[in-house]
Amino acid sequence: MSNKFFINCDEATTICDKNQYKEASFWEKLKLTFHLFLCKKCGMYSKQNAVVTKVCDKHLHKCETNHQFSEQEKVVLQENISKEVDQ
Amino acid sequence: MSEEPKHKLDPNNWAQKHADYLFNYTITRVNKEELAKDIVQETFFSALKAQDNYRGQASERTWLISILKRKIIDYYRKINSKKGKVEVRMDFYEDGERKGKWIEERAPSSWGNEAEKNIENTELKSAIDACIAFLPEKYRMVFLLKTVENYETEEICNELDITPSNLWVIIHRARHQLRKCLEENWFAK
Repeated sequence: MSNKFFINCDEATTICDKNQYKEASFWEKLKLTFHLFLCKKCGMYSKQNAVVTKVCDKHLHKCETNHQFSEQEKVVLQENISKEVDQ
Repeated sequence: MSEEPKHKLDPNNWAQKHADYLFNYTITRVNKEELAKDIVQETFFSALKAQDNYRGQASERTWLISILKRKIIDYYRKINSKKGKVEVRMDFYEDGERKGKWIEERAPSSWGNEAEKNIENTELKSAIDACIAFLPEKYRMVFLLKTVENYETEEICNELDITPSNLWVIIHRARHQLRKCLEENWFAK
């Protein structure tokens, strides 16, 4: 990203996205803060983007628990595995 | 040099002991049941072939998950190579006087002040799951790797052979779509 201080909405939202992962630099954050003073739409994006992050942190997990193989499928799967073991 | 193995492999019980866990792990990442089941089976086969590399330090399940992760990345690489590699952002004017500004109908609109309060609601889980499922496959995988798996940007770029600027475009598109989807199905209701 360039060194200019005034950034457009496209650049501002990119910094905002990076910032959700703590990957925006100090300089980038400064430019973003300044842009948000002037731009209502990006202000809204920034606020809602943070909500998306919170929702994901709260409700998305590395592993869900609601899916299962049927017992029949497990039997077949185990047979396939055991066949390979014997080879 | 060699440490005592703490765990042993027991392939004759893998289906009972680990299949559901691996299945759930996979389904959140590939979102198609049949495909997820295939990937789980392939993981077991690969694990059998790699048995000799198992040192017994990690638990059987941890070891299987590490193989499964490779399988999922392989799958991601496969679908990634099928499509064009340059991503465009689409939410902003691309040239002219308004270059880089929001395209009016794509700009966010207010959610009111209730948004923050609703986050704890357990029903929001199914709303966000549905929104995630609705993402194009490639956006979903990059978004989940970054957001849920906490992969480094560099790691994802290497694995999927994309540039960092491409990654941030994909993240933006995914986030913007999720934002919109939550707006329509949750916050604006």
